Amino acid sequence: MSVLGTRVVRKEDPRLLRGEARYVADLDETDDPRLVGLAHVVFVRSTVAHATIAELDVAEALEAPGVIGVYTHADLDLEAPPVMGGMLGPDVVRPFLADGRVRYVGEPVAVVVAESVAEGVDAAELVFVDYDLLEPVIGVEAAVDADTLLFPAHGSNVVSGFGAEAPDDLFDGCDVVVRHRIVNQRLAPAPIEPRGCVAVWGGDDGVELTFWTSTQTAHGVRSTLADRFGLEHDAVRVIAPDVGGGFGGKMHLYPDELITAWVARRVGRPARWIETRSESMLGIHHGRDQVHELAIGGTRDGRVLAYHLEVLQDAGAYPDIGAFLPYFTRLMAQGTYDIARVSCRTRSVVTTTTPTAAYRGAGRPEAAAAIERAMDLFAAAVDLDPVKVRRRNLIPADAFPYTTQTGATYDCGNYPRALALAVEAAGYDDLRDEQARRRAAGDPVAMGIGVACYVEITAGPGAGEKEFARLTIDPDGSATVFTGSSAHGQGHATAWSMIVHDLTGIPMDRVEVVHGDTAKVEAGVGTYGSRSLQVGGSALHRATSHLVARGVEVAAKLLDVDEAEVALDTETGTFSAESVSGEAVGWDEVVRLSGEPFTEAHEFVTETPTYPFGAHIAVVEVDTETGQARLVRLVAVDDAGRILNPLIVEGQRHGGIAQGVAQALVEEVRYDADGNPQTANLADYGLISTMELPAAELVPMETPTPVNPLGAKGIGESGTIGATPAVQNAVVDAVAHLGVRHLDLPCTAERVWHALELARAEAG
Amino acid sequence: MIPASFDYVRADSAEAALAALAEHGDEAKLLAGGHSLVPLLKLRLAVPAVLVDIGRLEDLSYIRDAGDHLAVGALTRHRDLERSAVLAEHLPLLAHTAHLVGDPQVRNRGTIGGSLAHGDPASDLPAVALATRATMVITGPDGERTVAADDFFAGFLETAVQPDELLTEIRFPKATGAAWSYQKFVRRAQDWAIVGVAVQGGATPGVALVNMASTPVRAAAVEAALASGADAATAAEAAPDGAEPQPDLQASVAYREHLARVLTRRALTASALG
Repeated sequence: MSVLGTRVVRKEDPRLLRGEARYVADLDETDDPRLVGLAHVVFVRSTVAHATIAELDVAEALEAPGVIGVYTHADLDLEAPPVMGGMLGPDVVRPFLADGRVRYVGEPVAVVVAESVAEGVDAAELVFVDYDLLEPVIGVEAAVDADTLLFPAHGSNVVSGFGAEAPDDLFDGCDVVVRHRIVNQRLAPAPIEPRGCVAVWGGDDGVELTFWTSTQTAHGVRSTLADRFGLEHDAVRVIAPDVGGGFGGKMHLYPDELITAWVARRVGRPARWIETRSESMLGIHHGRDQVHELAIGGTRDGRVLAYHLEVLQDAGAYPDIGAFLPYFTRLMAQGTYDIARVSCRTRSVVTTTTPTAAYRGAGRPEAAAAIERAMDLFAAAVDLDPVKVRRRNLIPADAFPYTTQTGATYDCGNYPRALALAVEAAGYDDLRDEQARRRAAGDPVAMGIGVACYVEITAGPGAGEKEFARLTIDPDGSATVFTGSSAHGQGHATAWSMIVHDLTGIPMDRVEVVHGDTAKVEAGVGTYGSRSLQVGGSALHRATSHLVARGVEVAAKLLDVDEAEVALDTETGTFSAESVSGEAVGWDEVVRLSGEPFTEAHEFVTETPTYPFGAHIAVVEVDTETGQARLVRLVAVDDAGRILNPLIVEGQRHGGIAQGVAQALVEEVRYDADGNPQTANLADYGLISTMELPAAELVPMETPTPVNPLGAKGIGESGTIGATPAVQNAVVDAVAHLGVRHLDLPCTAERVWHALELARAEAG
Repeated sequence: MIPASFDYVRADSAEAALAALAEHGDEAKLLAGGHSLVPLLKLRLAVPAVLVDIGRLEDLSYIRDAGDHLAVGALTRHRDLERSAVLAEHLPLLAHTAHLVGDPQVRNRGTIGGSLAHGDPASDLPAVALATRATMVITGPDGERTVAADDFFAGFLETAVQPDELLTEIRFPKATGAAWSYQKFVRRAQDWAIVGVAVQGGATPGVALVNMASTPVRAAAVEAALASGADAATAAEAAPDGAEPQPDLQASVAYREHLARVLTRRALTASALG
């Protein structure tokens, strides 16, 4: 029996649970003898949203106790790179330290290097910055036409976009057209471990820079550092030790991290930077932050004929990947529905706020939230049940592969089945009956039921997504996986061991998984976008299969039979042949007697992305006096193709759902009109906790994809994509009978109360 | 997140703490559980020259039945209030409210004296002190003095405790068998109240509000309405009267006033008052 598909307990957990993990902040000379005499890096950050720097004086800080150096942009001999590899022009390039102008609160202005963190913090307070304030630019709609430009040479605050405005005839033939403005608010990735890094220059083996960092992409960071310092890639070694979460926020090298490496070279000492939580809430790039104008039209009997989504993306102060995530929003705009006419235009706009980038879902939750609100608004307009309207419009199960109006080709799926499973598990009809009874009885605690169907894209956006794996089997019969996909909570050690065991029969506890060290793993891309198993796992699958084929070759010689006769028992890891019964050779013998290193590498290259899908149903209770919504149930069908380890998949689903519910009910990064951040700590920001979450009811569904050898799609982000609109729709549904048509995210108590007050006033 | 430099003095007794305060005056800050002060220190919003640590004054940690009242030592942790059999019998409002403070980590460190002396209008326990008409025992260089809860909360994060004084005990009238209610409206379980209402039944019912002014505040208008025979719903309408709620991220003034009415009505109804 194959181990794949079974609930293997995560082998990486015991050391994490015992506190034996080593994060960047823990590293010392026991990890590397060079990590003695660390210099500590502290940044002076902008306290204003938008200003030119009239004066920047570091003289007093330089005299402070323990200070090794204080540096500003004028000291840097680093060239800022083109934005997104040149996708945007030189007008909007980000300097590593502020170059005479600051564009958001938290932007690094100067860097202090000191003997201790405490001395560094004290000295940073002595750096004198005189700001000449400029108008802040807050809110994408205002930013589009604002007189104040963040980058005057660019001539506009709009920096990028995809698609065109809706054609004039888009809604021809529609009985009903509903339009609405909706907000997909800004969120903070807020991993439990903030950013941090240690840089050491000089060493053996031609490595000039060794860089430990809390990252999702060790190899990407290696390449970026090498390019910035003009080094060969092999001259930089990047190590991701244990990483306490990323959620997309640790996908790239940040300026603060690059500066830490620069500082270490400048002062000739190893240097460490560990950010505080308050820095992290402004420093790790934020996610989401789109404003939508949607329009949906169709027939009175519930057939949707046309849909347009207008997206304004807040890119923050310096356009980065966040300016391009609307590409995914546009690609996935149509959702799970068969709609004849779909258009979507996106524009990305700079504002004087923290730059935006990927956060769990990254462009796809926004698409799902828009189309799912649109379906509910349309259902309400034609007075039909939201499930009925969805059924009426879902892409049929026999229509795959299905190409959408915005160019996505869905690989495989069964959306009606996903919805049917969710409806059945939730007891949808009974829920509606209960809701009707409670409404009739005038229950002040209103019950709401919300539905969301979703499809998302993983390992995209196109073909050619790569990941590397090498498998080596040693003469003692143990195996080592070298994977370019670097885990930070995903369970690679377990999943990768399962793949090796499944194909070789080598016990899982004799499989070591190595990742996140560019000196040990010769190539890699990293862990993001729900890509690891389907790309990195497939690479390992191929490498392992090649090694098994070589094992068969050697075993055939040892057993003195034809290769075709050799069978590998994947329970025991032994080769045998029928004609020589009683004889069997293990991997140890095969490797020893082969006389050459037993290792195979493979780079898996995708031919197409995969499209996980599902349906979520949320049940909420809303206190109509206070407006407070409480999530009572969350039923989730998430189909991510073939499942390798249900335990790990369920963990991903619970975690994703928690963050999805958080977007629906609690979390929001906020700025005041002057561009001052108002949620720069976890108390104000309000990460959701277990006390606000019921246990999600997870319904299994598996539709294997044909596009990779594992049949797997991504599961890392699905929870955030389905849960947010399901819960949002449920809260609206709870108060719909009181006259509320829409509630923006997050559906906070005051927002619901305010909507109820307005509806009551309108009802007179 | 590193505090500015300060000198640290660990007091072994209340007398030693007072001596340290006498020496350093308003340059000094008392550190008990630290759950209000330490975040302020780390953000450098508070920069005392001297920290006087009274966290180990175990003889100020007690809950005693003192006959006509309950005596609670200022260093008593929230967790001990929560679990006290004496409070469960004679003042369940305090035990229950302590159970709603922060999360278990906070409750294991935070102290009732620290919470009251910090005087945060968003904290839970000051409203209980007002609703129950507690008396604060303050020890200073000239010995003890007592201050009624109504005279204790002087301004935003200001109390009657002077820089050279130490809050040592809180005396609560017994409320054995009386009805009570604490309504705490939060975004997340561990958060400060957006608005809270403490109601203590008895011969003279007490009603106090959380986060409805720059100080913890008594809902005097509600108490007066009750005294004149108003029902719960009518009395609750007066909850915002005399309060001066501030807007913040979580709530506007109008919403706070609305919540105060709703929560007060619920608290009065739950206490069978009005």
